[in-house]
Amino acid sequence: MADKFAAYICSGCGIGDAMKVPQLEAIAKKEGKMAVVKSHHFLCNAEGVQMIKDDIANEEVTHICIAACSRRAKTEAFQFDGVAMSRANLREGVLWVVAAGKEHDEVRQEMAADYVRMGCAEVKKMKQPAGNVKESSSKRILVVGGGMSGMTAALEIADTGYEVVLVEKSGALGGMAANLWKRQPFKAPYAEAQDTGVAAMVARIAATPAIKVHLNSTIGDTSGAPGRFIIQVAQESGAVVEETVGAIVQATGFSTYDMAKLPELGGGQANVVDQAGLEALAKKANGGAIKRADGKEVKSVVFVQCAGQRDDTGTHLSYCSGHCCGTSIKQATYFKDQNPDIDTVIMYQDLRVPGMGEDFYRSAQQKGVIFSKSKASKVTGGDSCNVTFKDLILDEENNISADLVVLATGQVPNAGVDLEAWNPIVTAAEGGNEEAKVQRDAMRTTSVLKLNYRQGPDVPQFKHGFADSHFICFPYETRRTGIYAAGPVRRPMDILQSTDDATGAALKAIQAVENAAVGRAAHPRSGDLSFPTARLEGCTQCKRCTVECPFGAIDEDERRFPKFNEERCRRCGTCMGACPVRVISFENYSVDTVGSQVKAVSVPEEDEEKPRILVLACENDAYPALDMAGLARMTYSAFVRVIPVRCLGSVNTIWITDAMNSGYDGVMMMGCKKGDEYQCHFVKGSELAHYRMSKIGDTLKQLGLEPERVQTTEVAITDNARVVKMINDYVAELEKLGPSPMKGFG
Amino acid sequence: MTTANQNAVERYRNNFLKEVEANVEEGDMVKMCMQCGVCAGSCPLGPHWEHSPQKIFMMIRAGKREEVLSSDSMWMCTSCYNCIVRCPRQLPITHIMHGLANYAHRLGLAPKGQPTREFGTLFWNNLVKKGRVNELTLTIGHYFKDGIAAGIKTGLAMQAVGLGMVKAKRLNPMEIFGGHAVKDLKGFHAMVAKAQEIEAKKKGFTA
Ligand code: SF4
Ligand code: SF4
Ligand code: SF4
Ligand code: SF4
Repeated sequence: MADKFAAYICSGCGIGDAMKVPQLEAIAKKEGKMAVVKSHHFLCNAEGVQMIKDDIANEEVTHICIAACSRRAKTEAFQFDGVAMSRANLREGVLWVVAAGKEHDEVRQEMAADYVRMGCAEVKKMKQPAGNVKESSSKRILVVGGGMSGMTAALEIADTGYEVVLVEKSGALGGMAANLWKRQPFKAPYAEAQDTGVAAMVARIAATPAIKVHLNSTIGDTSGAPGRFIIQVAQESGAVVEETVGAIVQATGFSTYDMAKLPELGGGQANVVDQAGLEALAKKANGGAIKRADGKEVKSVVFVQCAGQRDDTGTHLSYCSGHCCGTSIKQATYFKDQNPDIDTVIMYQDLRVPGMGEDFYRSAQQKGVIFSKSKASKVTGGDSCNVTFKDLILDEENNISADLVVLATGQVPNAGVDLEAWNPIVTAAEGGNEEAKVQRDAMRTTSVLKLNYRQGPDVPQFKHGFADSHFICFPYETRRTGIYAAGPVRRPMDILQSTDDATGAALKAIQAVENAAVGRAAHPRSGDLSFPTARLEGCTQCKRCTVECPFGAIDEDERRFPKFNEERCRRCGTCMGACPVRVISFENYSVDTVGSQVKAVSVPEEDEEKPRILVLACENDAYPALDMAGLARMTYSAFVRVIPVRCLGSVNTIWITDAMNSGYDGVMMMGCKKGDEYQCHFVKGSELAHYRMSKIGDTLKQLGLEPERVQTTEVAITDNARVVKMINDYVAELEKLGPSPMKGFG
Repeated sequence: MTTANQNAVERYRNNFLKEVEANVEEGDMVKMCMQCGVCAGSCPLGPHWEHSPQKIFMMIRAGKREEVLSSDSMWMCTSCYNCIVRCPRQLPITHIMHGLANYAHRLGLAPKGQPTREFGTLFWNNLVKKGRVNELTLTIGHYFKDGIAAGIKTGLAMQAVGLGMVKAKRLNPMEIFGGHAVKDLKGFHAMVAKAQEIEAKKKGFTA
């Protein structure tokens, strides 16, 4: 079927009153070369939509440009299967943001005309993505780690009707929780420590045929992508079992911070234990009097909170593990419940009891546990332990003796290999460095997932070595599609949080296998059917795409060409922005779909004194912020032309050079926050864009242009007022700079 | 055991907290304080006394018996109830403060010469005598607490006020000779004695 292009212009919502719609129609026809051009006074109502549907059915229209409201509005009305569609934003992008009044009629009309030109140009370069339905796609889910998080994930997945492969490295399920005497209360009235529930869960798993358990096993190798992961499960005996799964939940938990690193707090000395050590003593006591290792009954105990945690000297953990205040409260009640006369002191700096922990705290106070806001500086072990501390309320140095001292040390995630350390070693190894090769192989043995990915064997770590990704918007997501982290491997947490977490990750994994089966993207472009392809004839094997893909989606084939694993891809376009020879594209988003929009704008001559500024706005935050500025009827300069991009990372520098060559006066890029506290939906996109643009200075110089003509900024979704000011300030700055010397050469 | 260790044994133990719970009005709420400091920040008298309620409660838990019972803080509480209404843990702070003062007084550990304590004693003794407060003897007793010279000086300074009150029939100079009593004085004395007995029993006082 031949391509047939149509444009539909809405005159509703006041568009028709403020703009000359017939002129826009003429532009779509003549300049946009649309075969069918129609306008409607209410395009999103049933009649308007039917008009378009009829054209698709009867006129064989295959590509449509809708010039009406923002692409973010009326998405349900304007949904037409099987056709490619672009949206020209006349309402939020023009009507609502250009100042009202006759004196602005001219610039308003010019802006609208440009958006129509751009919409037509874009759709001409688009193809409707067909999707990539798989013939066989696995919907089984691998859960790595059989602790509280892993068991919860496995049961939740099985209960939802999916098969689970559960791999646990020790000989029994239960993980850390299995070693506890009791757990913190998780049910009203949150006053008493409760049974861990591990035994019941283990029994339920054993009775669930959909869960296949591998004990004493680790992951020997993981290859493939969502929907087709091939896992080599390495058993203790040396045997290897192959499992095919569609997604992975990594619930590998934590290790306790090594007490030996805390000699000043008595780590390693007799009768100084960590919280895990106390659980062991309590388990042994089995409800009776808790005895020390030497058999002596404990009559007085001091808990030292934040031991080796929240440390600002850089020696120990800098973070708060969140659970240990509650854990010490629980452990103090082990003593009080058994014998109220036992002296139990909890030395805390800030008592942090999230959730319903406050009720538990009160319950322990009720039982007579003494809470002292103080900082311990020295602990000596031995028959009579001694704690030197500063009481922060009474502001005095003090010391206290006790039979037993418990250190509340923190959680260290079992997240496997740190890719930041891995990458340079691999690069050196590939360069032939023999030592590096040995190092690399040794490092790989410490990996949890042993991913056969070009970018390394485990999921990238976020802060402090935790396998997290986007802490604000997308918990559970790692930077590897189809692999979800749950529990303390993701961030420090207690059992209740871990089980919630595992439930969330389980649902994410289920989404992933379903999406993979039909070739749909996972978040944040959920449901997107497009995927990147590379014209390998043109590829120079520069590896930029392979290295820069934030999700490790690209491997290398035998000939060292990039090999795209579509199921791992999030469709951010970062690879497309990276490729210096521009051979990477999506069916509906490419160097051409945006480039043609850049070129479609009619740039006025220098003497008209109407600058043109290109705004490339991230569709996740900046573009919505601009829409919301419109919704709030804030006005900004009518000289800007905004093009939404999937991610700032997808911006190819050719668009900037194209814009400059066409005589634009400036280019403003708006992406999400980058860096450690990033809010970029594709993690690295905004950062990469900022980096790439910092290198564009030379190109600008060659063109004889000032560096100010390209600006890279960070915008949050709530920044509607700020974004307006940014635009207006930038336009004013450019006006001061004078028109681009490139005008008229384009 | 060294002295330092000896002290360490005594500190941050249950002993004093338990003593307070047993002997002080609402003393069993002391352990529920979460050391937020809201009371300390709310007390209008805060700058004028040694320890804020927050500190007093922490000192109790730290086992600082002598310091707590000899502190002037409880005596300075004016019962404004600011702390009570604000305490997030709903400690009856004002009541505990007065309870502590009362306990310290009984034990004879309360600060000597503390004005509130002295006036309180004067007031109580005056009240118990006739079952009602004799304003004249109470005032005179108060003026002369620091000796004859000081008493005369204050008396002279307050002369105009006294005369004004006599004129307005708010003060009967005849009351100086013992004054009148409540109707059933004997019954009143019996009632006070019984109340003291009940309280002593409740708090385990022997003396
Ligand atoms: S939970 Fe409590 S003990 Fe643990 S690090 Fe945080 S503040 Fe310290
Ligand atoms: S679109 Fe994004 S996720 Fe997909 S391969 Fe390219 S860079 Fe990677
Ligand atoms: S960035 Fe482009 S040229 Fe470089 S390896 Fe990837 S596809 Fe090839
Ligand atoms: S306000 Fe209440 S909880 Fe806070 S310090 Fe004072 S007594 Fe304690």
